[in-house]
Amino acid sequence: MQEDIRVYVEEAPGQRTELTGPTDMGLSLMELLKASGYDIQATCGGMALCATCHVEVLAGPALPEPEDAELDMLETLPMVHEGSRLSCQIRLTPHTDGLVVRLVPTGA
Amino acid sequence: MSTPISTDICIIGAGPVGLFAVFEAGLLKLRCHVVDALPQPGGQLSEIYPKKPIYDIPGFPEVLAGDLVDNLMKQIEPFHPTFTLGERVEKFEKLDDGSFKLFTTDGTEIQCKAVAIAGGLGSFEPRKPAVENLEQFEGGRGVHYMVRDPEHFRDKKIVIAGGGDSALDWTNFLANVASDVTLVHRGTTFRGAADSAEKVKTLAEAGKIKLVLSSNVTHLHGNGELKEVTITGNDGKAETVPLDCFIPLFGLTPKLGPIGEWGLEIENDAVKVDTLDYSTSLPGVFAIGDINTYPGKLKLILCGFHEAALMCQGAFKYIFPDKKYTLKYTTVNGAPSM
Repeated sequence: MQEDIRVYVEEAPGQRTELTGPTDMGLSLMELLKASGYDIQATCGGMALCATCHVEVLAGPALPEPEDAELDMLETLPMVHEGSRLSCQIRLTPHTDGLVVRLVPTGA
Repeated sequence: MSTPISTDICIIGAGPVGLFAVFEAGLLKLRCHVVDALPQPGGQLSEIYPKKPIYDIPGFPEVLAGDLVDNLMKQIEPFHPTFTLGERVEKFEKLDDGSFKLFTTDGTEIQCKAVAIAGGLGSFEPRKPAVENLEQFEGGRGVHYMVRDPEHFRDKKIVIAGGGDSALDWTNFLANVASDVTLVHRGTTFRGAADSAEKVKTLAEAGKIKLVLSSNVTHLHGNGELKEVTITGNDGKAETVPLDCFIPLFGLTPKLGPIGEWGLEIENDAVKVDTLDYSTSLPGVFAIGDINTYPGKLKLILCGFHEAALMCQGAFKYIFPDKKYTLKYTTVNGAPSM
């Protein structure tokens, strides 16, 4: 049994909420955010099809490069940020410990 | 106008859950008509990931999504379901006798005794950029989310926004139709098809179109009709340009669509149901699969199958309130038929 990792959600500058999540269940960040009660739709269920789980990575460890499906979806969005990712494509692993993200509202 | 289709249950959505509902309904001798906006049955499984293996269908250690659809189609064959494919159910009426009339985008009329919404992710609709007062110019007042008829833009001054394939393709196409084309892209590169991106650059260099990179359309101006847009660069510099039409092309995103306007109780873009029989807030209308929501909801095909079985019990009771149904096993009754 691996130890849980911590992920931080920045609600406002300087205001972060700590979430803990397991790394041995194949969970995505989207699933952790949803399970933690965050208001994200994740309509497509994790297939990089809807971009309603859009987050901005603010700090933390380097993540594996996004795959084409995710990059293609991000490309179509009206607005992205430097660290924009689809949280459904970020797996919780021991390497994602300490990740800091901000939720990007749908349609923005 | 063609003759209306008449059936017991009209199933909206031909995904795996909608298809299996035909089977469960068939066991109760209920006839089904299935409607789907896509031209083929199978929903996401056929459209998005036909070659992907699924591992959590009971009894199938591994099955390709496309094969699961083929098997479901074979499984429901004995019940002779009918299909309207490539049309979206648009309008919905409940009649005084408790039955329903549905109308598709193409004017097909379906009369049924119960409705089962198995719409999955819903319908894919254009994603709108977050620009203030955008809605004010919808409906023919200058903002278009798709190009239905290129001729509409003949000799017009247009601004297209977006960086994906459809933005590139339409920029190239409309360059020869509209009098003036500007493409605004928030980035500096295009991930779309390399030759389309190349063509856009060539047109821009030849002065046939205007390419504005690292910028967004940020404001719309006009009194009832769109007259000008403000394009703001990532460096903060803004420019206001006159135009006839603004075409934001930011891809498609799944939305509930017309179902959201049928007066059903909705929560978080999903249809609220009672898990007793997956009935919605409107008697006679049921919702199964990814489109519904209830405490503990899991968006899994196998849960949708279970929901379909219980839904058919509810639909049967709605259609025949006086009949008593007893559960029959297919092992006892032999090969299903109708």
